[in-house]
Amino acid sequence: LAGAKSLVAGAVTMENISSYKDATSYNNYYEFGTDKSDPAQNAHTLVTKPWSVAIEGLVKQPRSYTLEELLKLSPQEERIYRLRCVEGWSMVLPWVGYSLSELIKKVEPLSSAKYVEFVTLADPKTMPFVGSRVLDWPYVEGLRMDEALHPLALLTFGMYGEVLPNQNGAPVRMVLPWKYGFKSGKSIVKIRFTDKQPGTAWNKAAKQEYGFFSNVNPLVDHPRWSQATERRIGEDGLFTKKRKTLMFNGYEAQVGQLYAGMDLKKNF
Amino acid sequence: MLSRHKLLLHGASKPVVFLLCLLPFFWLFFGALTDQLGVNPAETLIRATGDWTLRFICIVLLVTPLRVISKTPTLARFRRMLGLFTYFYVVIHLLSYSWLDRGFDVPEIVKDIIKRPFILVGFLSFLLLTPLALTSFNKAIKTMGAKRWQLLHKLVYVISGLGLLHFFWMRAGKNNFAEVFVYAGIVALLLGWRLWQFVKKKRLSSVSAGAASLI
Repeated sequence: LAGAKSLVAGAVTMENISSYKDATSYNNYYEFGTDKSDPAQNAHTLVTKPWSVAIEGLVKQPRSYTLEELLKLSPQEERIYRLRCVEGWSMVLPWVGYSLSELIKKVEPLSSAKYVEFVTLADPKTMPFVGSRVLDWPYVEGLRMDEALHPLALLTFGMYGEVLPNQNGAPVRMVLPWKYGFKSGKSIVKIRFTDKQPGTAWNKAAKQEYGFFSNVNPLVDHPRWSQATERRIGEDGLFTKKRKTLMFNGYEAQVGQLYAGMDLKKNF
Repeated sequence: MLSRHKLLLHGASKPVVFLLCLLPFFWLFFGALTDQLGVNPAETLIRATGDWTLRFICIVLLVTPLRVISKTPTLARFRRMLGLFTYFYVVIHLLSYSWLDRGFDVPEIVKDIIKRPFILVGFLSFLLLTPLALTSFNKAIKTMGAKRWQLLHKLVYVISGLGLLHFFWMRAGKNNFAEVFVYAGIVALLLGWRLWQFVKKKRLSSVSAGAASLI
């Protein structure tokens, strides 16, 4: 899956890209297990063909898109984003997709639509940990409308020039580089436009630890660890001091204005 | 029966147990040297040494029940070594956290301990284990007197609870308790057995006291 160079501001970092092996063997995808090596081992059972995404809620054009239709909806771009996990590690990943705003424009949200909700597939037959009590299934994520319309919010179909591997959220997922990784829903089957803030998976599971916004913020610690620093996987050696985490994961120039005037300690 | 006791009393038995206890350390050490600790080696090291501390607490707590149930008094020979290995792994656990995660930034570490209950509880367990390790030589038992020494070493029951709480809180953020419950189950079984023994003994002595008063 090839993507043209993206012209969106901040879309291509010049940092070293993480190895494909690390990116595809060390990640969280709880539907396939809670260990970071589980998704790579278990996600082969996921069936990504045929696939469709239902657009529902407060839109003029509610309908279901097949994956083929979505792939052709807008030209694919390559975006090289930093990814900061809430657990304190980071990678640099080359994604392929286009701005979610392209899809939003097509489906014409009503003026009453204030939020966008992303629902991940929850199929106990192909996802062995759906049904475990770790989270409320399906996995739901959400954005405020202005966040969803931001050009950096990427509707993603590929990485490293290929279609997404199952463990990384095939066949279609979100990537939101200024937020902690878990905000980017994987294997999306439904996008719903609502007037109420969606109840998101980790926020429902532990309200005091994971806020709705979950913007990368070195000044707001997780209750059980500091968010001031991070370890870049594959690049920082065992004894390298952890590097400083940047405000909005280094995308402050692009997304800062979305949160102007907000108390980020309260709205974490 | 005799052969089992002979085996446990054999001159090589202690060195063999010693080497067995060192195996996880060697595995992690060479793993670190040869970059075999996975994608995030620092996390692997910190978690693995924490896991091994908990495992050694379970092993130490297993010695007495196993000794009594299997009528193998010679097992007691290994208890001190196993206890000291618990301390060995908790020290490496603390060192790997302080070094690999916090870069030996002492004010940062102090802040972490004060701010985060899960780290505070872990640190407390380490502090409480320290006097146990320090009084593990024969002379300490003599100086303290067996009664007081035994009372001090009963702290391990408290430490096992704190260690479990530390692990529980660490996993709480991701609601991932399966492993925590396995360890908690083992510890509950081992402590429950002691409680049961204690109650049984109490009842026996009160029965015999009752019998004595009848005479």
